[in-house]
Amino acid sequence: MNLNATFISGRTVNQGCNLENKTSQAYFDAAAYCEMNSKDASSLGVEPGNNVKVTTDHGSVVVPMAICDGNPDGLVFIPMGPWANAVVDPDTKGCGMPGFKGISAVVEPTDEKAPTMPELMARLK
Amino acid sequence: MIIKDVLCPFCGCLCDDLAVEVENNKVVDVKHACKIGASKIMGHDRIKAPMMRDDKNGEFREVSYDEAINESAKILANSKRPLLYGWASGLCEMMAKGILLNEEVGGIIDNTASVCHGPSVLGVHEKGLPTGTLGQFANRADLVVFWGCNPVQAHPRHMSRYSVFNKGFFASKGRRSRKVVVFDVRKTDTAEMADEYVQVNPGEDYIVMSALRAIIADKADVVPDSVGGVPKEKLVELGEAMKGAKYGMVYFGMGLTQSRGKYKNIDNAVSLITELNAHGKHSILPMRGHYNVTGFGQVCAWETGFANAVDMSRGIPYYNPGETCSNDLLMREEIDSAMIIAGDAGAHFPAQSIARMSKVPVIQVDPFHNPTTEMANIVIPTKVSGVELEGTAYRMDSVSLRMRKLVDVDFPSDEEVLDKIIAKVREIKGASS
Ligand code: SF4
Repeated sequence: MNLNATFISGRTVNQGCNLENKTSQAYFDAAAYCEMNSKDASSLGVEPGNNVKVTTDHGSVVVPMAICDGNPDGLVFIPMGPWANAVVDPDTKGCGMPGFKGISAVVEPTDEKAPTMPELMARLK
Repeated sequence: MIIKDVLCPFCGCLCDDLAVEVENNKVVDVKHACKIGASKIMGHDRIKAPMMRDDKNGEFREVSYDEAINESAKILANSKRPLLYGWASGLCEMMAKGILLNEEVGGIIDNTASVCHGPSVLGVHEKGLPTGTLGQFANRADLVVFWGCNPVQAHPRHMSRYSVFNKGFFASKGRRSRKVVVFDVRKTDTAEMADEYVQVNPGEDYIVMSALRAIIADKADVVPDSVGGVPKEKLVELGEAMKGAKYGMVYFGMGLTQSRGKYKNIDNAVSLITELNAHGKHSILPMRGHYNVTGFGQVCAWETGFANAVDMSRGIPYYNPGETCSNDLLMREEIDSAMIIAGDAGAHFPAQSIARMSKVPVIQVDPFHNPTTEMANIVIPTKVSGVELEGTAYRMDSVSLRMRKLVDVDFPSDEEVLDKIIAKVREIKGASS
């Protein structure tokens, strides 16, 4: 079962606390997760902490799932950072700003491992 | 020793009431800051010495500052299209040096606003910015709107110092003196604390603002039953509340600048304020992220005439966001080297842009190991501004404040590193001309 979703990224307190601590486990915990509401999570059959794969036209990334019931159905959120940026739209549509919010995404359960920050960056070299 | 009235070098709130305890030249406690500010001032593991490597997949080797600086100067002086990006975690003094270096190498200088409030700058070009200072808003506002921003997570003390919970001259009851409305695509922690939460469909903020403008201009008859996921009755109610406010305040964030419409959302938000100003007094302010991202806009504007994305390849400042912003340059594979300083492109640019950055020599000037380090060939560690170095920064409302030094360290400042790179670039360019 897959979830067709709209993807957004954004700031959080813990992501902010670890902005100068990006090689740590704390940063991974703060920025590598995908939030959705309980209904979407149960439709995917995933529990908090289970990994999900988020895929857009621009890339895909594996991160643990977390619940946020403030999200409407079909809205998924990854804190700003390298995990979110694996799937965002680099096209600025002529105004300098890439598309970090409002991207069509497909979310699916997965057994794959979530990459660490250096693993994620190594893929881009 | 307790140092009082310390300014926080993290977010655009630039809180100036911190008390920091320093023992034996080490910060041991931070009072009054939020969790993020305290975490920043307490400090993290840092890069110990300059490092270099040829192969980005290889190991770094430690080098001297002179070697790293000379090599950086060589790369920049010999590049046709270097990109100098970051700047927002630095002080105004180093920004001025960066702009000078960009002039010397004929490069493009761009700051983190590129992926934050760059579109707000464009919106301001279109419509201006009816604004004021946080002090005015704190004392006057009786209606506070947060649109596409979540201060509880991103600017944790904003609501207690400036916008919601604080008492003010015309807001003597604090929270109870104000109506708080949040427009967002999801029910954030800020929305939980508001009097009204208005859920907008992703990418439809623009039409919601247009509907509000119509209602405020007494043209509610043209508004359909539902706009952007918001029922018309709700919009009419909100429009009336806005019109009835004595001092209305709109704070906005990346929910507007990064979603569909981008700078047009800001353009429309400013028009909404103009419409409202026929009735009461209303202002608008972008919630700026890095503590001195506003400062870069100021310094760059007074040095070059433009606030960001300035291309000096023609010898005169040229600015055309969408062409001269970092991600456009990277995606067009136009740049042939990059200096990333006081900002982390590696963590905050789309992966595809970073993949392109990985193909060119990258110089990083920063106290901390971060995703940009993973992409770098040269790494030059410097002082943490606002903790280890004093200087000027601009709060989100463009009020300039003096950041304080709390401890002494042996690392050079960004400014010192830039001075040396400029001198070396001049030497190389002078010898070749
Ligand atoms: S709100 Fe911002 S400036 Fe104030 S203490 Fe927190 S991070 Fe620092």
